[in-house]
Amino acid sequence: MNIRVHIPTAFRRFTREQPVLLCDAADLAGLLAALQEKFPELAARLRDEQGQLRRFVNVYVNEEDIRFLGGATYRFAENDEVMLLPSIAGG
Amino acid sequence: MTEHYSLACRECGANWGNQPTSICQACFSPLDVVYDYEFIRSRVTRERIARREPNLWRYREFLPLPPQENPGGRTGFTPLLEAPRLARVFQAGNLYVKNDAVCSPTLSFKDRVVSTALVQARRFGFNVIGCASTGNLANAVAAQAARAGLEAWIFVPDDLESAKILGTQIYGARVVRIAGNYDQVNRLCSQVADRYRWALVNVNLRPYYAEGSKTVGFEIAEQLGWCLPDNVVVPMAGGSLLTKIHKAFQELIKTGLVEDKPVRFFGAQATGCSPISTAVKRGRTEIEPQKPATIARSLAIGNPADGPYAIQTITNSGGWAEDVTDAEIVSGIELLAHTEGVFTETAGGVTTGVAQKLFAQGRIKPNETTVLVISGNGLKTLDAVRPAPAQPAVAPRLADFEAYLREAGATLPTEVPA
Repeated sequence: MNIRVHIPTAFRRFTREQPVLLCDAADLAGLLAALQEKFPELAARLRDEQGQLRRFVNVYVNEEDIRFLGGATYRFAENDEVMLLPSIAGG
Repeated sequence: MTEHYSLACRECGANWGNQPTSICQACFSPLDVVYDYEFIRSRVTRERIARREPNLWRYREFLPLPPQENPGGRTGFTPLLEAPRLARVFQAGNLYVKNDAVCSPTLSFKDRVVSTALVQARRFGFNVIGCASTGNLANAVAAQAARAGLEAWIFVPDDLESAKILGTQIYGARVVRIAGNYDQVNRLCSQVADRYRWALVNVNLRPYYAEGSKTVGFEIAEQLGWCLPDNVVVPMAGGSLLTKIHKAFQELIKTGLVEDKPVRFFGAQATGCSPISTAVKRGRTEIEPQKPATIARSLAIGNPADGPYAIQTITNSGGWAEDVTDAEIVSGIELLAHTEGVFTETAGGVTTGVAQKLFAQGRIKPNETTVLVISGNGLKTLDAVRPAPAQPAVAPRLADFEAYLREAGATLPTEVPA
């Protein structure tokens, strides 16, 4: 599926300053694999030692936390807007 | 200018100096403030601290404060109250209430974190400060921004209590009500801080901001005569306060101001928003986010950023986490008011209700020293408390008052001898 992946400023030095990436991925694992190919430095920071998404990086799909959509089992739909955001703030 | 503090990654340890950011560029994990403890040890003694002003800056060496700064003010050093009447209800002894319901200037512990963030906002040259808030932080940012002459932009969920909105707008802050819950406000604020040169205290100044919470821990230790308690019961929203009280105790041990001693950390949440207590009770190390549905709006964070660290602190300390229903929160507010004369907001009702549960479960031993952290004031959440039934007014005549006494079934008072 073709999706748009929004990259926060803090991550852009690893995407050659591109704020939005167009990507073809079926699910979260596919997205991480695609990023690994195109932007290995970014992917290295998004994944932990086991290759899983780091616990302090949140993924939103069309403004909903992907964990509410099934997390790793969620299948991207055409034109999904995906946002990667570090987990911060509280209170 | 050399500082004795800097930002380091909580996961990989990489050091990033001092800058307005909360994310490690090496692994995208959260940053924390680290210190030169040799420097601190060479500067502080119990006596030196005791001679200082009764505000949070009496622990200045333990805070991210440039050496030449002296902010002053009256924030912090709130009372640590003995709570014997509440203890009796819990069938316990040695119970204390750390009363941040009277923190200055806006009646919650958030005055502390804004104090440490504001120093950095100025240091980094920001003209605008702001926050994502469940209410108390909104009040605190707005008030301190007004006093500092800074512009304030405050982002809140649209279902926030009216007292907290009014108590923000009154200081001249711009309040932006967002159609969504706190986690959605938070996400928006991450993007706002990413785009504009604004100091959002709990986003891009978060590491400095969060350090202010340590002062609750320093004060508890000092007010107990430079001793650590056996147990603390702490309300949890993002989970930061609990982990920072733990950090404070560890720093006091590290610098020789208190004897080393195990302290058990107990986390308190509302059942309608309990991602951290649920994880602790299920033995998990990670958070499963929730959609909040509770009257404890100041704790309504479904995706707590410091959740994994709070779980770790609680579990490693031998503590526990519990949660209480909305009805139990109201009972907790009433119980604390009836027994100790402290009117707390919903978050304090959560702490009191959870403490009652923990004593009943035997998880807190009755004769150990236990401190309940009461983080905010009840006047901000009046809507949450059941209104008393309206009573007819009594005519201003003694006979009518006595008729009223009889009707009320009250024991007639002893009369003054003629």
